[in-house]
Amino acid sequence: MRHGKLSPVLLRKYGFIASFLAVPLILYVVFVIWQYIQAFQISFTNSRGISPNFDYVGFDNFTRLFDDEVFWAAVRHHVVLLLAMPLITVAIALFFSFMLNLGGGQKNGKMTGVPGSAFYKIVFFFPQVLAVAIVGVLFQAILRPDKSGVINSALHAVGVDPVGWLISPSLALWTIIGVMVWQAVGFYVVLFSAGMSSIPRDVFEAAALDGAGRFVLFFRITLPLLWDTLQVGWVYLGIAAFDGFALVQVLSVDRGGPDNATTVLPLEIWRTAFTYSKYGVASAMGVALFFMTLTFAVLTLRVTRRERIEF
Amino acid sequence: MPVASAEASTSRKQGRGRSVNVFGGLSHVALLIWAILVIFPIVWTFLASFKTNTELFGDSPLALPHQFHWDAWGRAWAKAHIGLYLVNTIKVVAISTFLTMLFGSMAAYVLARYTFFGNKAIYLLFVSGLSFPVFLALAPLWLTMKNLGLLGTHTGVVLVYVAYSLPFTVFFLTAFFRTLPTSVGEAAMMDGCSHTRTFFQIMMPMAKPGLVSITIFNVIGQWNQYLLPIVLLPGDAQDKWLITQGIANISTNAGYEADWAGLFAALSMAIIPVLIVYIIFQRQIQSGLTTGALK
Repeated sequence: MRHGKLSPVLLRKYGFIASFLAVPLILYVVFVIWQYIQAFQISFTNSRGISPNFDYVGFDNFTRLFDDEVFWAAVRHHVVLLLAMPLITVAIALFFSFMLNLGGGQKNGKMTGVPGSAFYKIVFFFPQVLAVAIVGVLFQAILRPDKSGVINSALHAVGVDPVGWLISPSLALWTIIGVMVWQAVGFYVVLFSAGMSSIPRDVFEAAALDGAGRFVLFFRITLPLLWDTLQVGWVYLGIAAFDGFALVQVLSVDRGGPDNATTVLPLEIWRTAFTYSKYGVASAMGVALFFMTLTFAVLTLRVTRRERIEF
Repeated sequence: MPVASAEASTSRKQGRGRSVNVFGGLSHVALLIWAILVIFPIVWTFLASFKTNTELFGDSPLALPHQFHWDAWGRAWAKAHIGLYLVNTIKVVAISTFLTMLFGSMAAYVLARYTFFGNKAIYLLFVSGLSFPVFLALAPLWLTMKNLGLLGTHTGVVLVYVAYSLPFTVFFLTAFFRTLPTSVGEAAMMDGCSHTRTFFQIMMPMAKPGLVSITIFNVIGQWNQYLLPIVLLPGDAQDKWLITQGIANISTNAGYEADWAGLFAALSMAIIPVLIVYIIFQRQIQSGLTTGALK
C-alpha cells in the first residue's frame, strides 16, 4: 500500500495524524529531548555560558567531581535518604492504611477501618497538595533553634534544652528526612488504601474464619497481596530520595548547610550552574545523577521481581 | 460519636479480649497524634500571622494572639506582592494546564488509535522523558531560554511547563484512550464525521474521567513547581514571579526586615486557597494524584 499513490482517505488520515502530533512533538523535542542531549554534550565542555565559545575538555569535569568533597557529601546524603526515607515512610503509611482500611474488623461481612477513617484519610493527605517550598518555609519557623521555635518552645515548657534541629550538623539531615516523611506519608496511606481495597474480600473472610487476628491479617495476608503497590511506592520514594532540592534549598541553613551537612546533588547542580556559572561541571553532575537514578530504578525492579516469585 | 462502643462491639464480635483493645487503643492514639502533627503547623501559621514580633519571640510562642489584627495580611498582600504572585501563578497554571491537556490528549489519541509508521518510536520518545531527572536539563534549558529571549517571561514558563508535563500526560492518556471502545468513533466516521470532529466531539467526552484525573495532577504539579520558576524567572523579573518563589524569598529576607507576621500571613494566603480547594475536591484530588502510581 505504501508503494502506490495515496488515496484521498489515506491522505486525510495522515494529514490528521501529522496535524495532531506536530505541535506536541515539536514542543517536547525542543524543550525536553534537545536539552537532555545538550546536557550530555555540555558535560564534556568548559562552557561558562557567557560566550558561545567553549572547548571540549574530555572527562575533565567528571574527574574533577571525583576529587570534589561537596559532590561526595551530596552522594552520601542521597544514600542516607535512600535507605531511611522510604523505609520510615512506608512503615508508617502501611500501619496507618491497615488501621484505616482493615483495623475495624468485620462488619456486615465487609472489612472496615477504625472509626473516623474517612477523616484521617482527608487530613493525612493534605500535606501532599502543598508545595514543597511552602512546607520548607513553614517548618523553618517550627524548627527554629531557640525557644521561639514551636518545637523548642514545647520542649522548654517541659524543661528540655532547645535542640538545634537544623543547625546541628549531625541532626540537620535527619530533620529534613523527618519533614519529607511528614509530607509523604499521606500520599502512601491513600495509595496503599487503594491497593488494600482491591484485595478480594473473601480472602479476609476466609482468614477471619480461621481465627486470624490483626497481626496475621497484616503480615501473612495484606502485605504479600499488596506487593505490587509496595513496589511502586518504593520506586516513587527512591526517586524522591534523589531529589530533595526544594526542601533543602528553602529549609536548610545556608542552602545545604550547616557546612554542607544537608546538601544534595540537585542543589549542587543548581548552585554550580547559576551561582558559579560552571555549566560544564553542572551538566556533569546532572549526568552522574541520571545514572544513579537509573541504576536505582533498574536494581529495584530486578530485586523485587525476584522476590515476587515466592508468592 | 459512639467511637468507644463501636470499638467494643467489634472486639466482642471477634471474640477477642483485652489485647485487641489495647492494640486498638494505641493505634488510635497513633492516628490522632499524626493528625495533630499535620494540622497543628498549619493552624499555628495562621494564628502567628496575627501576632506581633514580641508575641512571636516571647516566652510562649504557642499562646494565642492577644488580638486579631489583619495588618500583616495587608503588608503581605501589597508590600510583599503576594497578591501579584497569586495572580501570576493562576494565569500561568491555567494557560499551561489547558495547553498540556490539549496537546497531550491530541498526541495520546493519535498514538493510541492510529497505526502509522513511527507510532511506537514516537510513543517511546515521549515515555523516555519520564526517566530523566529535570536537573540534568537545567543548564542547557537556561541557556536555550536565554538565547530565545524567553527568560523572565511567562510565555517561556508556560512552554516549559507544557513540554515537561507532556511525557506523563501522553503516557497516561494513551493508556486511557486504548481502553475506550472503538465502535462509537468508527460509527461517527462512517456517518461522515471528520477525524478532528470525532476527536473533539466524541472521544474527548468519552475520555472525561481520565482527563479530569490528569488535569488535577497537572494543576497541582504546576502550581507547586519551585525549581523551574526560580531558574526561568530570575531576580530581575520580580514582577513576573510565581507564588512559591515569592514565599521562599520573603522567608530569606525576613531575617533582615523582621516582618515575621507578614511572612506567616503570606504563608496562610498560599495555603488557605489550596486547603479550601482540597477539601471540596478531596476525593478527585486523591485519586488524581495516586492514579499515576496505580497504572
